[in-house]
Amino acid sequence: MASVETTETEGLAGEDGVRRRDFINIAAVSFASAGAVAVVVPLVNQMNPSADVLALASTEVDLSSIQPGQAIKTTFRSQPLFVRQLTPKEIEEADKVDASTLRDPQTLEERTVDGKKQWLVTMGVCTHLGCVPLGAGEGENKGEYGGYFCPCHGSSYDTAARIRKGPAPKNLEVPKFSFTSDTAILVG
Amino acid sequence: MVRIGAFLVGLFFAGWLLVSFLMGAAAYISEPPAPTVEHEFHLAPKHVDFSFDGPFGKYDKAQLQRGFQVFKEVCSACHSLKFVAFRDLEALGYNEAEVKAIAKQWAIKTPDVDPKTGEMTGRDPVPADHFPKPFANNVAAAAANNNAIPPDLSLMTKARHHGSAYVYSLLTGYREQPAELLKKFPDAKTPEGLHYNPYFANLNLAMAPPLTAEGQVTYGEGQPKPTVDQMAKDVAAFLTWTAEPKLENRRTAGLATIIFLLIATGLAYMSYQNIWADKKKKA
Amino acid sequence: MGFPWAEQYAPKHPLMQWIDEKLPLPRFVYNAIGAGYPVPRNLNFFWNFGVLAGFALVIQIVTGVIMAMHYGANDLVAFSTVEQTMRDVNAGWLMRYAHANGASFFFIVVYIHIFRGLYFGSYKAPREMVWLLGLVIFLLMMATAFMGYVLPWGQMSYWGAKVITGLFGAIPVVGEPIQTWLLGGFAPGNAALNRFFSLHFLLPFVIAAVVILHIWALHIPGSSNPTGVEVKGPQDTVPFHPYYTAKDGFGLGVFLICFSVLLFFAPNFLGHPDNYIEANPLSTPAHIVPEWYFWPFYAILRAFTVDFFFIPAKLLGVLAMFASILLLFFLPWLDTSPVRSGRYRPTFRKFWWILLADVAILGYCGGAPAEEPFVMISQVAAAYYFAHFLIILPLISRFEKPLPLPGSITEAVLAKYGATDGEAAAVPAE
Repeated sequence: MASVETTETEGLAGEDGVRRRDFINIAAVSFASAGAVAVVVPLVNQMNPSADVLALASTEVDLSSIQPGQAIKTTFRSQPLFVRQLTPKEIEEADKVDASTLRDPQTLEERTVDGKKQWLVTMGVCTHLGCVPLGAGEGENKGEYGGYFCPCHGSSYDTAARIRKGPAPKNLEVPKFSFTSDTAILVG
Repeated sequence: MVRIGAFLVGLFFAGWLLVSFLMGAAAYISEPPAPTVEHEFHLAPKHVDFSFDGPFGKYDKAQLQRGFQVFKEVCSACHSLKFVAFRDLEALGYNEAEVKAIAKQWAIKTPDVDPKTGEMTGRDPVPADHFPKPFANNVAAAAANNNAIPPDLSLMTKARHHGSAYVYSLLTGYREQPAELLKKFPDAKTPEGLHYNPYFANLNLAMAPPLTAEGQVTYGEGQPKPTVDQMAKDVAAFLTWTAEPKLENRRTAGLATIIFLLIATGLAYMSYQNIWADKKKKA
Repeated sequence: MGFPWAEQYAPKHPLMQWIDEKLPLPRFVYNAIGAGYPVPRNLNFFWNFGVLAGFALVIQIVTGVIMAMHYGANDLVAFSTVEQTMRDVNAGWLMRYAHANGASFFFIVVYIHIFRGLYFGSYKAPREMVWLLGLVIFLLMMATAFMGYVLPWGQMSYWGAKVITGLFGAIPVVGEPIQTWLLGGFAPGNAALNRFFSLHFLLPFVIAAVVILHIWALHIPGSSNPTGVEVKGPQDTVPFHPYYTAKDGFGLGVFLICFSVLLFFAPNFLGHPDNYIEANPLSTPAHIVPEWYFWPFYAILRAFTVDFFFIPAKLLGVLAMFASILLLFFLPWLDTSPVRSGRYRPTFRKFWWILLADVAILGYCGGAPAEEPFVMISQVAAAYYFAHFLIILPLISRFEKPLPLPGSITEAVLAKYGATDGEAAAVPAE
């Protein structure tokens, strides 16, 4: 800013001279500033996940050892992943609910793969503030809706891992996954 | 005082250095240092042209793939490539499925823990894995290779002067020890189990010639004939890529940066001249 | 600070006035590197290198903080985290090469800055403190650069650490305990690597603090100039901004072009291939050399090959190497000539050129293998180095007959450009 002031007061070369002079100074400073901004891009981008982190973005899960009514806890992208085989009773309970009355309306069908409705794959991350809900391990508190229960702030999820009670705004997230065989899935 | 002290210190250091010099020079003249065998017979890497030479050169993907094939079929039996991951091979022009297949079929398994027993076992590598090492550790590597540990090749071309040409020269440089050498340095006979190679720093190398016959590796349709020379060149190119995978990004970014800077500096010069116009009036 | 005719900071905007009342930081900057700092009007391009050194420090701190985000200071993973940065981190190769080559450019710029000071007598009264603080910065830079070079944990890193800490082992009696204490072990290992990382992170900020003192000390007498004649009045100076900001902006562009050529097209040119081999405590590289900016000092270290009675040659080499830098602290009192600039000192000027060549020769020998004839050459060159500062300079200042000095800076400028229309323009308009 001071440069403009000084050149104005010192520019004795007449109207045209002053304008040309300012133009070059402004052009030089603007050009340099554009360069400085461009340099910021890699400086910021380097904090994004690196190639090796992104490469680990898929996990294979073997389902053969999970009995109906059981769940396992594994990891996907360094976060807990719940894989549960629902019992027919749990499926029935989930289907009984009118999805449109829920906070985050979704049916069990929408949350599972066609024809493999018993396999419920969700992130083990409460949608409230990111705690790990209970209910995947043997004997853990499953909450009043029989799914998962987050002990941090008391969110209860039902057998389709949909939010039913408590502060969490959304159902437990279902990651992208596909069956590679009848007893294995690839998450991510 | 400062100057007197300085004078004495200066006299001491300079004087003693000159005394050392005279003693050294006298010794040098009376007993000139004996020439060493490395001094006389070590050769600088051969001249070889690569597509990535020069400031704007680029990798030749077909050549990198051939070089990778040589690495896979010849070098990887003994040498690790631990800083490179299978996923990196996409830069050579393989697609995702091909990379997956290459990883799955890789002869060496990736160490892993058996999820049921907790014991160490091996599994097929996946694209996210780095190339598995052929030996579990240095002791195993030394034991299997006549006490010489095969070095990791990921950075080989950056870890030697003129690395790409060095790898090429070394691979094509094996020969009989010259009679002239033995006449001059009778003690320098290549020891049993080592191999004479004038491009290697101390002339005798534990690695047996790895590329020995034309057609040792079968190249695909439309590729050059797999002569020893061609294979050496291809694998040297491949190892240049493993050492500097970002070479092309670097050169592209560099060109853009320098063009930008030339314009910016030009503007800065004009601005400088303008601002100083009334202070520097030429006669 | 500064001269009575310096422009006064007078913020127009009410916000700036408000800030200035509460915390006069804008005023401070204005008086330091703004229009409030009157600078001799005749500075040549060698005076750009101070600002460039400051810029190089900024490059090092920015890229260094980023490198630290991806680095693992553990001897098991240090080498591979650096490689991972090069391969997998977004623009990681750029950060790493910029940091490695930035160190070299920092030294190039600082060496030019120092030799400029030597030629134009910038170390003389009343600027002794500027010189002394500059030397402190230089020593801190050397320590930082040395420790930084250890961090990638390549072969040269490891053996450099071993050799340099081994220098302390030359000190009689307490030497070996000191070496063990420095390393936290009997050889460089994880303990040494961690402490070097910690100090390598700390020291640049110490350098930045001493840089502020260096600039502060400079502003008390004001900048020197190529004639060495002190400023006599307003006609001799121009405000730093816009005159020298414009000139420095152009200089910075040229600097960045040179830096980019090396960074993008020959990033390993100044490095040593052996540092791409992981540290191996069982095998020493055939030929250990430090980074190029230490070569002259390394040559002095190795030039001592003969014991001086009871003092072993190794200790002499260490003493001489430290002395070669420490003697610069006495320079303002060794060179007693009242004339500052080498322009008006014909004999001094010739010896300055000899010194420049001498240091270049020492550098070359320091980078060469420890064989003849390099050892003999470095012995002669090192002898000259000590003689130059400790014997020749004091003698020259006593016997030299300087050339006539110009009456003032303006007179010198007019002699160069000729007095044409209206030299009144030299007087700042405000």
